[in-house]
Formats: sequence, structure tokens, C-alpha cells
Amino acid sequence: MASNELTCKELVELVTDYLEGVLPPAERRRFEEHLAGCQGCWNYLQQMRATIRLTGQLTEEAIEPQAREALLHVFRAWKNSGKV
Amino acid sequence: MTTLPLDGGATPPHSTPLPEDVQLVQRLRDGDESAFELLLERYQTSMVNVALMYVRERAVAEDVVQETWVGVLQGLSRFEGRSSLKTWIFSILVNRAKTRAQREGRYVPISEFGNPDAESSEPAVSAERFNPGDHPRWPHHWTSAAMPRSWDEIPEEHLLSQETRDVIRRAIESLPPNQREVITLRDVQEWASDEVCNVLGISETNQRVLLHRARAKVRQALEQYLQRQD
Repeated sequence: MASNELTCKELVELVTDYLEGVLPPAERRRFEEHLAGCQGCWNYLQQMRATIRLTGQLTEEAIEPQAREALLHVFRAWKNSGKV
Repeated sequence: MTTLPLDGGATPPHSTPLPEDVQLVQRLRDGDESAFELLLERYQTSMVNVALMYVRERAVAEDVVQETWVGVLQGLSRFEGRSSLKTWIFSILVNRAKTRAQREGRYVPISEFGNPDAESSEPAVSAERFNPGDHPRWPHHWTSAAMPRSWDEIPEEHLLSQETRDVIRRAIESLPPNQREVITLRDVQEWASDEVCNVLGISETNQRVLLHRARAKVRQALEQYLQRQD
């Protein structure tokens, strides 16, 4: 096993597969073994997790009352037109 | 055409519970405005954001979304529940947004056929941050100068600041369209991967490759920004 250690350069390309849970068990083990001994890759993985978390904070604002009213009009018009 | 139930008594027995989607569709067909309001609460904001992946102006995006709702209502009788209602609605939206963007010359339709291998030489991290392959002790490991740092000491209010959000937003905007689509749906809208694949019509593998590249670039933009601060 140890003879076949991942390099950092390889590990960064596997990060998404790792986070998505699609690495085969043996690969996953190699990945985690490398992480356990490599501060740089550990930091990289944590940075990636932070990136995902912060990207998730971009979603914003509730629906504007004006847009909501306009869309309810659309619904009522559809309903009154006899629908389908 | 099915007979519309006049009241709740027409709901089938609970031994065969209808999926929520089927119930919602039925309520819409019945003209139940509260069902439509529920969908608006759930999807309207996301829909505008998804439309903005293709068209640049908010007013145009909102227009596309309104068109989509009309299409959804008119197409209700064609909804068969083979995909989720959400996937169905967003597929209609994405089609319309792409059509509009194409008309405006903004969108090059590559996502369905885009072959991520075409860009496979694009590494997640610049090669110069790693030792060369002939390094005596640590080939292809981080060079000591380029090792990623911990972000643990960065105050949360800085990470969540408007400026940091703008860095992320700009990084996403500058991605190639197919990468931007995937990261917007997966990480901004926080959809599951199968929903993204269904709406964009791409394979799981393709999606992961695009997501990988997109996240790597956003991380890099954040790293540059956050380290400029210290």
C-alpha cells in the first residue's frame, strides 16, 4: 500500500470525487492516508470545504411583492381562461 | 382529461399515498391559488438566479421566469411525474432561458455536448506550486512556499462579508458557461447532483468534472483574495 502513495498533485484532482463520495474504497484509503500526513493537502481540503460553504451563502432575497403579484395575476388569468 | 375532484373527499385513500408532486399538480389543475403560491415561495428566487446564468439582465431573467410559469401552467396536463415537479419546471426554465440567450447571441450551447476532456489539461492547482517529478525527496508534493494555508484564523465576519461574496460571484461569472451552470446549481442553489444532471441533461461523470474545475477556480480566487488581506 505505502509503495503506492498519492502525491499532492494527484490528491488535489481527487478532492471533488472524495467530497462527492464516489472514490472506490481503496482510493479513498490512499486519499485519507495521504491527508493524515500532509498539512498542505489537509489545508487544501479544508479550503475547498470552506469554498463550498461560502458559495452556498450567495443565495439571497425573498421574492419581491411586486413580482409575486404579477405572477398571481398570471395564475388567475390562466385559471379564468379555462385552463388546460 | 381526468375528472377534477370537487373537494378533499376525492383524495385517494392514504394506503396509496400520492407523491407530493402529484398532489400539487392536482391542486393547480383545480385552480388552487395557494398551491401556486407555495411553488412561488419555493422556486421563484432560484428560478431568477438560474435564468441569470444565461441572460445578463435581471428584467430579462424575470421575464423568462414569468414565461416559464405560463408554460408550466399550460403544460400541467402533460406532467406525468416521470421526473420531479422541480426538475420539470427548471427544465422548462433552462430551455427558455437558453433560447432567449441564443436570440441575444449570448449563449453558446455547449453544456449538453460539451466534452470536459477538451479542457482536461486544466489542473485544479497550478503546476508550479508542486515540486518537479525529479525532486529527490518529495516529487509532486507542494513546494514549501506554495503550501496551502489554513483559513481557520480568518474571522467569520470577513469570510461572510459582502466583499468576499463579490469575489466568489465574480469568480463564478468568469467561468466557462458549462462550469458556471453546474456550480450555480450545485453550490449556490444547493441542488442534489441527480437534479442537476436531469435539468442540464449531462452525465454524473461530466457533472463532477465540471464541478471540480469550477470549484477549483473559485477556491483559487478566494485564496488570492484572502491572502492578500494578511
